[in-house]
Parts: sequence; structure tokens; C-alpha cells
Amino acid sequence: MGKTIAERIFSQHCGREVKAGDLVVADVDFMMGQDGTSPLAIEAFRELGGEKVYDPSRVALVIDHSAPSPLEGVSNLHAMMRSFAAEQGVGIYDIGCGICHCLLPEQGHVAPGDIVVGADSHTTTYGAINAFSTGVGSTDLAAAMLTGKLWFKAPHTLRLELRGELAVGVYSKDVALFLAGELTADGATYLAVEYGGEVIGSLSVEARFTISNMAVEMGAKAGLMEADARTLEWVSGRVSRPFMPAAPDADAAYDEVREFDLGGLTPQVAEPHRVDKVRPVEELEGTPIQEAVIGTCTNGRLEDLEVAARILAGRRVSPEVRLIVAPASRQVFMDGMEKGIVQRLIEAGAVFVTPGCGPCVGTHNGVPSDGERVISTANRNFKGRMGNANAFIYLASPATVAASAVAGKITDPRRML
Amino acid sequence: MAEGIVLRGKAHVFADDVNTDYIISGKYKFKTLDMGELACHCMEDIDPEFVSKVQAGDFIVAGGNFGCGSSREQAPLVIKHAGVSAVLARSFARIFFRNAINKGLPAVECDTSGIRAGDELEVNLGAGKVTNLTRGTEVKIAPLPAVMMDILAEGGLTDYLKRHGGFKL
Repeated sequence: MGKTIAERIFSQHCGREVKAGDLVVADVDFMMGQDGTSPLAIEAFRELGGEKVYDPSRVALVIDHSAPSPLEGVSNLHAMMRSFAAEQGVGIYDIGCGICHCLLPEQGHVAPGDIVVGADSHTTTYGAINAFSTGVGSTDLAAAMLTGKLWFKAPHTLRLELRGELAVGVYSKDVALFLAGELTADGATYLAVEYGGEVIGSLSVEARFTISNMAVEMGAKAGLMEADARTLEWVSGRVSRPFMPAAPDADAAYDEVREFDLGGLTPQVAEPHRVDKVRPVEELEGTPIQEAVIGTCTNGRLEDLEVAARILAGRRVSPEVRLIVAPASRQVFMDGMEKGIVQRLIEAGAVFVTPGCGPCVGTHNGVPSDGERVISTANRNFKGRMGNANAFIYLASPATVAASAVAGKITDPRRML
Repeated sequence: MAEGIVLRGKAHVFADDVNTDYIISGKYKFKTLDMGELACHCMEDIDPEFVSKVQAGDFIVAGGNFGCGSSREQAPLVIKHAGVSAVLARSFARIFFRNAINKGLPAVECDTSGIRAGDELEVNLGAGKVTNLTRGTEVKIAPLPAVMMDILAEGGLTDYLKRHGGFKL
């Protein structure tokens, strides 16, 4: 019986046949903590009696969730991270570098075939470049920093074949939202999801990150894609070490294979307060909004800013709306400046904040007021997520968010493309 | 936490899909490592009375997908600090499940449909069963993978690793 991508990656790492359901201890190729999770990991590392990180070159700490710090308590936690990084020789991405899930692949820390753990649930993002990457808690991160390994239960796999051609104005975020609505919040619990089919093949690598990023919103352990020519081209020049992509066998054993024809898919929106409460934008058009956010690990990359700039060219953000843009990394910010994208967005009325998670997690940079409706390119819209339990969050693609920011209400972006 | 321990307390019932933002909101957890302080905000956005109602040794009893969303380890920690001795749920989200065991908080997977708020429960991890003393019913606990049972038996991952030096499967 052939292997799924997950079984292949674990087999390659363990030097023997690993099947779904097996418990294994595997070397971790790269591991990461952000500023919400690293302080607890550092505490746990000390409690473990840790003196030296096993291999500092395999660790990165990222300050992105509250960058720069808005409060003294946060500042002290950031200082703890800097101190640990200096002491251990571990890389640290300080304020302004960007969001962990944009930085790690961008800076070449993740390669196809890798096992990566991150103390952040959206670590599934790098599955788009064929890495088995999954979220863990702070103590598991401490254990991995100390030993270089972690225990895993090799997951079973749900294969999703995404067929057809996406229509104009329909993007990978719409695909991700549609799938979350179809599978629901625990539809893929404990499973690795494999995304395949011509829709995936047609997407840029940046667009693929969006889909893998939201695998966790269906409960998945990983959101994997095969490494094709586009993947290999994207990682070359970024990854300097040898790597082994992991393809599934034609006779791999999947728990389930589901096919979706996405040719007729329209822009999608997740309504408050659930990620899987997804509806076509046509059903929500006209809903007034007061804040719009373009950014986050889901959609803060250059292509996302580019499509927003295209819609905002020659238009202005509605006077009733605050449009906040958080580029996902310094590199994205600079590339955006070079291409005139940043200028166009600012001229249209957008407000830029530091590359980082921005207002997504409720710490700063755009907490909404009571009763306000926010439309955001983020991946979660739970009550209180953005720091105010009396606000309402709608999730959508950058195009839908940009169009809605212009109109002052939820708007089908195809009207403005 | 040795296998022989039997936990007894009252049930505090929640629905499906209780996410970790609801357990401890991002607007609090990012600025301090003081779990005692954070515990005051446990479940605030879905049950503002929870922290005042819960007594030491009580249980959180939930539906499916408990602990979904963010990987924040503050979630099982504030639950413990609020006085809860175990979380029972029809199913758990995977990161929360692993974090709970790592911090010595029993995550008990069982059929919770027959449990009502205020029911007196007895949770016997060694025998693998939950007895509803109020209603006279009993359900089985889904067994943990062996390594997780070992981690929980040591009281959490830190003590497990200090004893074993690594992961023993």
C-alpha cells in the first residue's frame, strides 16, 4: 500500500515504514515561537533544567503579535525573548520583521519534506510548500528546543481534490473559506488534509499559503500540498540546504477523498462569530462596515496588497470606514513600496501599521468599538477576537475587503475589478 | 497525578466548539505570565459568571471540539488555576488536548450528553469511567495513547522529561 504525504515525511524522518496511526519520535527540522507563546516556552525550558538549546540554527523566535509593544507587561516579555535568543544563539525576528508564518518560508527556514513545529496554530501554513508543519503548545516547543525531537502520532489523511478553474474575482481565500464551511470546525480533526487538483496547480505559492493556513480552522493537524515546479522555483534561492520533497503514492490509503468543482465558486464571507459560518458574498452585500483589515498570516503578502491596490486605484476608502493594512513582512512592505502599491493604498485612504499580526489577535493596531462591524482578511472571527466582545468580524478575501472598504458595506469585489 | 486518583466535583456545562479565545482572550493573555491573574478572565466572553461559580475540584463538561482555535497554552493553565480538576468533552481539538495533558490537566474524552449543569460527577482515570452520581449513570473514558498516559501520570511533560530524559514510546 502506498504512502500519503504525511506517511512519506514521517517514514523519511524515522528511517523506516511509518503508517497512519503509528506513534513516533522524530527529529524536528525547524521550530518557532512567537511573542504570545515564547515566554511560556522559555519558562518551561528553564523548568526542564535546559541549559543549551539542542541546535540553535533550527530555532527562530518572532515578535509579531504585538509589534511594537503597546504595554509595559508585553515589553518585559519581549525583553525575555531577546535575552534568551542572545544567550542561546537562537535567531530572533524583532519588531518590524513580520509575521512568523510569512517570515519562516520567506527566509528559507522551511523546505519541502521538512517536519516543522511552531508554537502557533497557523503553523499549518507551510504545508503549502510540502512541509509537515503543525502547531504545538509552549511546553512542547520547549521540549523540542531541548531535545531536537518531539513525539507524534502519524495522522490519517483526508484528500481534497479541487477541480475546475477559479472565476475572475475569486481567490484562494474564497476557496479556504468555502472548504471551512463545507467541512466545519472539526471536520478534519486529527487528520492531515492533502489539497490537490488543478485549482491548486493553478495557484501561485503565495495563494497556496492562504489555503494551508486555514487547515487548522477545520481541526486539521497539517494542510499539505505536493511540491510541483512552482514550489521548487519558489524555494530555490531561499532554501540553501538539501531537501527531499514528499509526494503521495497513487495507491496511498486515504481516510476519505472528496472532490469539489470550484468553477462556479463566488467570493465567500465567514459571518460572526464562527469561521465555518460561510456564505456567498451575494447574500451579505449591503451590510455596513466600519473597519476593514488587510493583512495577517492568511492574506498579508504582496499579491494580497496588490489586488487591494488594483481595486483602490482611482477610488477612495469610504469616510465611514477605517482601512488598516499590515504587510506580512518587511520584505512585503518594501516590495510594495517599490511597486507603488503602498503609495496607491495610502492615497486611497488606507492606514499602514507595522508588519505583524496587527489587529487580528486583539492586542493593538485596530481594536473595534462596541457594535462595530469589521471585515478582515484574517482567519478567525470568534467573539472578542479583535479585543472587543461587542464587535462583529466578517472574514473575506483581500479583494472583498478592499471593495467593501470603498463602499462602506460588504461588497462583491467583482463589481470593482 | 497517579492513576489511582478519583476526582469528584460538580459539572459546569458548555456547548460545542468552545475555542481558546473564549477560554482566555487575547486581550489579556499577551501581557502577563501570571496565570492567577489570567484565571479571573476564564470563559469571560461566553460565561461571565463562571469564575465566581466554580469551586476547586469542579469539572468543565463540554460538547465537541473543545479547545479549538489558537494553540495558547494559557488555556489549560487558566482552567487549572480557576480550580477545575479535569475537562470532560465529547471530543477535543488536538492542540488543546496535547497542551492539557502536558500541563497535567486531565482531558477526558467521553459521552457528555447526559450531564447537566450542577451534576455531581466522579471521574476515575485508572478505571476509565465517569460516574454521574446525581443521575446514577456511567460512561467510559476513551483511552489516551500510552505516551500521553505516561505524561499525565507524571503530572505533565516537564516532570516526565526530567524523569525520562526524552520521549519513551
